[in-house]
Amino acid sequence: ATTNKAGARKVVVIGGGYGGTIAAKYLRMQDPTIEVTLIERNDHFISCPFSNLYIGGLLPDLSSLTIKYDQLAANHGIKVVQAEVTGIDAKAHIVKTSAGDFPYEKCVVSPGIEFRTNEIKGYDDQIMPHAWKAGPQTVLLRKQLEAMKPGGTVVLSIPLAPFRCPPGPYERTSMIAMYLKQHKPGSKIIVLDANPDIVSKKGLFLKGWKKHYQGIIDYRPAKKVTEVDNKNMTVLIEGIEEVKGDVINIIPPQKAGHIAHVAGLVGPDGKWCPVRSFDFESRNHPDIHVIGDSSIAGAMPKSGYSANSEAKVCATNIVAMMNGRKMTEMSAINTCYSYLSATEAVSVTGVYRVNASSQAIEAVPGSVGVSADLSETEAMYAESWIKNILVEMST
Amino acid sequence: PPTAEILSYACAGCHGTNGASAGPSMPSLAGQSKVFFIDAMKKFKSGERSGTVMTRLVKGYSDEQIVAMADFFAKQKPAAQTTAVDPALVAQGKVVYDNACKRCHLENGKEFEEDTPVVAGQWLKYLQIQMGEFRDGKRKISEKKAEKVKSLTAAEWEAAAHFYASQK
Ligand SMILES: Cc1cc2nc3c(=O)[nH]c(=O)nc-3n(C[C@H](O)[C@H](O)[C@H](O)COP(=O)(O)OP(=O)(O)OC[C@H]3O[C@@H](n4cnc5c(N)ncnc54)[C@H](O)[C@@H]3O)c2cc1C
Ligand code: HEC
Ligand code: HEC
Repeated sequence: ATTNKAGARKVVVIGGGYGGTIAAKYLRMQDPTIEVTLIERNDHFISCPFSNLYIGGLLPDLSSLTIKYDQLAANHGIKVVQAEVTGIDAKAHIVKTSAGDFPYEKCVVSPGIEFRTNEIKGYDDQIMPHAWKAGPQTVLLRKQLEAMKPGGTVVLSIPLAPFRCPPGPYERTSMIAMYLKQHKPGSKIIVLDANPDIVSKKGLFLKGWKKHYQGIIDYRPAKKVTEVDNKNMTVLIEGIEEVKGDVINIIPPQKAGHIAHVAGLVGPDGKWCPVRSFDFESRNHPDIHVIGDSSIAGAMPKSGYSANSEAKVCATNIVAMMNGRKMTEMSAINTCYSYLSATEAVSVTGVYRVNASSQAIEAVPGSVGVSADLSETEAMYAESWIKNILVEMST
Repeated sequence: PPTAEILSYACAGCHGTNGASAGPSMPSLAGQSKVFFIDAMKKFKSGERSGTVMTRLVKGYSDEQIVAMADFFAKQKPAAQTTAVDPALVAQGKVVYDNACKRCHLENGKEFEEDTPVVAGQWLKYLQIQMGEFRDGKRKISEKKAEKVKSLTAAEWEAAAHFYASQK
């Protein structure tokens, strides 16, 4: 691949979320001679992990889930630019933004997700929030719950997998049910899941729901919402079956972040970005690496922990390549904690590697598993996990 | 094979960058004794030591990989916890320490020999959780240690936790 001279020894990282912050940091930690620019549209980042606790009323606001970039920039000499990335000229090796052009030798793309709202006719996120990107949407959903009359009905729609955070919708269900139980007596939540069954930690969620939310959660599998009526507050399943709600939380089906589509990084499925497993280089364009939710990372789920771990693999091997050193084999972790009640959480864990013959990312046999039971100890460790990972991203 | 760095970086999402935990209950691994680290991982693997995520995650690693990570974390700069400790308990804990712990947890818990971990400056909440597990019998205590600590009251354990956490 040809590199333009202006971009020599420069890496441009797109997206200051779970993947991008860590890629920028671990590039500089391993080679301070590389100039790293992190481009993010906002001057702060709000974490989706733990935002369900805010919706359930366990957190007063989103401040503990919000990070800024100044310490990260100062500690590691990262140039943080607040701008909208509008395109990538893969041939010329230039990232185009609202604040000008940024030439690069290597580019890392971690833009998270975009919604396939065209698959839900009439969808309007101001009336039926998704709250699947943390921020104003999360606040809107909580306000709607607070304003709902007791005895009301909440409808939650879950899209077909794969989507960001496989256990997330079931944690959301638990947190909303907890809120209803405490604050809105006689209310219930109807869960319309497009999937044939609970996607993640099924046994544990069912156990928790039975223990705490009997009669509050009405879980209905294989119900795909295809249309909404904003005026009458109803959703339509497969265009026929109607369900009415006082508060409706639609999690739409998802695809790679918008910029990944614009930059031609998306694969034949039209949704996600195929990458080389040991360094996350795009299959479509050399010298552009895609990590986090946008990438197809084999057996690794789309989670914040995965994005963090993928970023380190990607950064380490970019540093190796830029210095003419041998790349390392990949090793990565995913862990995802979910709260079932105010004091109990469960976790899923996995260790990942590249399969030598298929070259696909697979779980190391035996390493994938879930908690034995609902656990107060795990809830304590989960609180420390969110603290540690956000500190890691912001310092 | 994966390098020691790439194996260890993956742990930092929980244990903090280079094993320096931001707390409050997640243990720091930076500067931990290599022998204890390897021993702890082997015990998580065999089930001899109870745990939450560690007993599952450890199954993803070979013995050589565990040694590589132990080596990596032992070399990192230790980090001290920052939770406020109770000065009265620290003073009581010093007495407990001198009587029952000193022989093994050397230099106020800062130094280690053989399979004893560094406990000085470890996060208070983590020490409390682990001591609770020792007391409940969830985490095994060696016979040699049991002899020294079996008569300790819950209050004495608590004081010792504050003492260790106060050490920088
Ligand atoms: C309710 C909920 C709960 C969750 N809980 C957990 C959990 O407990 N554990 C866990 O591990 N994961 C959890 N997740 C998943 C986690 O949030 C994502 O997997 C993670 O954020 C993915 O990281 P990323 O870097 O791909 O994207 P993000 O973290 O979303 O970061 C993308 C960043 O890129 C920026 N950006 C995008 N496009 C542009 C552009 N064109 N120009 C400039 N900037 C741009 C965005 O503003 C954003 O800051 C949860 C998700 C949800 C919705
Ligand atoms: C998702 C969170 C998480 C991840 C990821 C994680 N740990 Fe842990 N670690 C813990 C928790 C929680 C404990 C306490 C024991 C338990 O509950 O399993 C712990 C305890 C330990 C201990 C014992 C420390 C002591 O002083 O008693 C060691 C050693 C350790 N971890 C090493 C590792 C290594 C090595 C990795 C990566 C390969 C790793 N951990 C990844 C959460 C994590
Ligand atoms: C005879 C030796 C011995 C004595 C005495 C002793 N310890 Fe320990 N301690 C150990 C060893 C060995 C371990 C590691 C054991 C294991 O992981 O199974 C340990 C582990 C610990 C841990 C867990 C740390 C971690 O990171 O997991 C704590 C806390 C602790 N000891 C506190 C104390 C206190 C408090 C006392 C005295 C009141 C004490 N110990 C006395 C040998 C001793």
